[in-house]
Amino acid sequence: MTISFAIIAVVIIAASVAAITLRHLIHCSLALVVAFAGLAAAYLQLNAQFVGFAQLLVYVGAVSILVVFAILLTRSGENPNEEIFSKTWMAGAAVVVAVLGVLVWAITNSEVVKREPSPATEVTVRGIGDVLMNRFVLPLEVIGLLLTAALIGAVIIAMSDRQERKMK
Amino acid sequence: MSNPLVGYLLLSAFLFAIGMAGALTRRNAILVLVGIELMLNAANLNFIAFWRFGPNPEALTGVMFVIFSIGLAAAEAAVGLALIIAIYRHYKTTSVDEMDQLKG
Amino acid sequence: MADSIDQIFVNLKHWLVGFAPEPWQGLASIVISIAALMGVFATLFAVTTILERKGLGRIQNRYGPNRVGPFGFLQPAADGIKALIKEDLVPRSADKVVHFLAPLVLVIPPFLVLSVLPIGRNMTLVDFDAGILFFFSVGAIMELSVFMAGWSSRNKYSLLGAMRAIAQMISYEIPLILSSVTVIMIVGSLSLNEIVAAQGGFNGAFPDWFVFTPWGFAGFVLFMIAATAESNRSPFDLPEGESEIIAGYYIEYSGFKFALFFLGEYIGLFAVSGLGITLFLGGWGAPLSFLQFIPSWAWFFAKLLALIAVFIWIRGTLPRLRQDQLMNFAWKFMLPMTLLNIVAAAVWHFMLPLPAAARWIACSAIIIGSYILLGRGLMERRKIGRRTYRFAE
Repeated sequence: MTISFAIIAVVIIAASVAAITLRHLIHCSLALVVAFAGLAAAYLQLNAQFVGFAQLLVYVGAVSILVVFAILLTRSGENPNEEIFSKTWMAGAAVVVAVLGVLVWAITNSEVVKREPSPATEVTVRGIGDVLMNRFVLPLEVIGLLLTAALIGAVIIAMSDRQERKMK
Repeated sequence: MSNPLVGYLLLSAFLFAIGMAGALTRRNAILVLVGIELMLNAANLNFIAFWRFGPNPEALTGVMFVIFSIGLAAAEAAVGLALIIAIYRHYKTTSVDEMDQLKG
Repeated sequence: MADSIDQIFVNLKHWLVGFAPEPWQGLASIVISIAALMGVFATLFAVTTILERKGLGRIQNRYGPNRVGPFGFLQPAADGIKALIKEDLVPRSADKVVHFLAPLVLVIPPFLVLSVLPIGRNMTLVDFDAGILFFFSVGAIMELSVFMAGWSSRNKYSLLGAMRAIAQMISYEIPLILSSVTVIMIVGSLSLNEIVAAQGGFNGAFPDWFVFTPWGFAGFVLFMIAATAESNRSPFDLPEGESEIIAGYYIEYSGFKFALFFLGEYIGLFAVSGLGITLFLGGWGAPLSFLQFIPSWAWFFAKLLALIAVFIWIRGTLPRLRQDQLMNFAWKFMLPMTLLNIVAAAVWHFMLPLPAAARWIACSAIIIGSYILLGRGLMERRKIGRRTYRFAE
């Protein structure tokens, strides 16, 4: 347990709590960005440089912008007096507490954490590329297909309104 | 408790719980999606932690899984937010409480 | 002798670090490097602002600033003092915290990405294995800061400007990354030092820079266009469009915060130009084999200043695009062009055993053919009549 890990953990937890409790949705999304950046830092701590940078590029650069645009397009941030939690929040909170309890119990009683951790290994981008092109080439192709489908699907879902108007 | 893996696993468990709380208790559909993103990230953190401290890190399986998972999350966010925008156009609301058209 | 001048800054740093006590030497080395980098590029920022104003003045048949100091070269200092002592206005309905954070978030990423650029032999601050990925991922934070600035001001012009800026930056980020993918493919590494090393050889008197190959030339041109758009410079300065939305996302900023926005944009411009130099123009390598006695860092900054001069020239020459032209250009021309350029680079790579002439012809055919097809495809549906001039009566 090092100081840097403690700082990163506090940042991640604080930012993610802020992301789901703040009243204004734009503030929520900005707090979410801080949480994502903290996770990227955690990946760097864990020697996974490539994943950390990919996390920054995808989450901070793309997903957060998408969330912000969605908030602005649905005018969600403009009604300050609205209740922020749903009607069934009590049940949800109970489920969350139960899940957290089970997870913490499982982690603290696990056999895995009593093993000696393996020493840090050197991960090169070349190694990742080799694995990606040999062992994981099928998942890579599938994810390419999935991203293309998601791109087209997202465009079609979001612009369906205009097509209907044109048909009339 | 000397193993640093415990710290990362606990952090990930708390992150998962926070994300779940967001998904289950918030009223706005966009924040439900944000909660789901946080849960996905908690899973990613677990994968990386297990890969780093696990028995054979040279196989790079955890890293690969997270790379694919990040790609998947991007697709999920795009489609999910497009759905929310489409629903907003139709019902003029993003509150999950008011989207109850299927209620008998 | 030439070697010692080349390494003068490296040796100077080692000498300075030697004064620090043993356990602090690592930290001292980092602090000295960061301070030097920030100092040099901040100075370059000051020099560039005055050069830009003077250059634009020359292009527009006027003098430009010429009052402060000799030939007006102390103007940046006067501007800085003015920015510092100006009142810092925050709109009453603005989101105070986000409004305050936005300029800071905008200024930090460009300085961070400077750290991976090889600005001379042995002069890279951090040599990441995934240097280019670091550059692009940290650069992506700038989009968010632009949004923060535009949204928190509670001003419709700044929100419009921020929306325009984000749409533009996201659209042009894709060609920017895809045009650098060609270099990554050919070199086989994401490390910027290795990319520079791959261009270090000489073919006769001429260097092996990637810009002297068909795919490299096309890639460089596409990269620079995307870089211009990414750094919101004319002719892609719609987010600022003075005549429509006054100053875009920083309309509600004054004094030093406004200066910070300016600083961030210019440092971003230097960073992306530096990446272009590293990827296509041989980094710190000399342009002719007999000029190698000139130190490597001098070449880097000479190339950087040359690119900045081109940017100033473009700004003084080209008119601003319209929003639909901007988007059409990004998605219908730049994106297919960069993808076909990747194909051309792959063809180049797999034709290595064949004679050079065959490679040149095949690659050039792909690029020129796609350029003509895409250019024509864009023009086809539009009727371009003769330009008519209307004068005030």
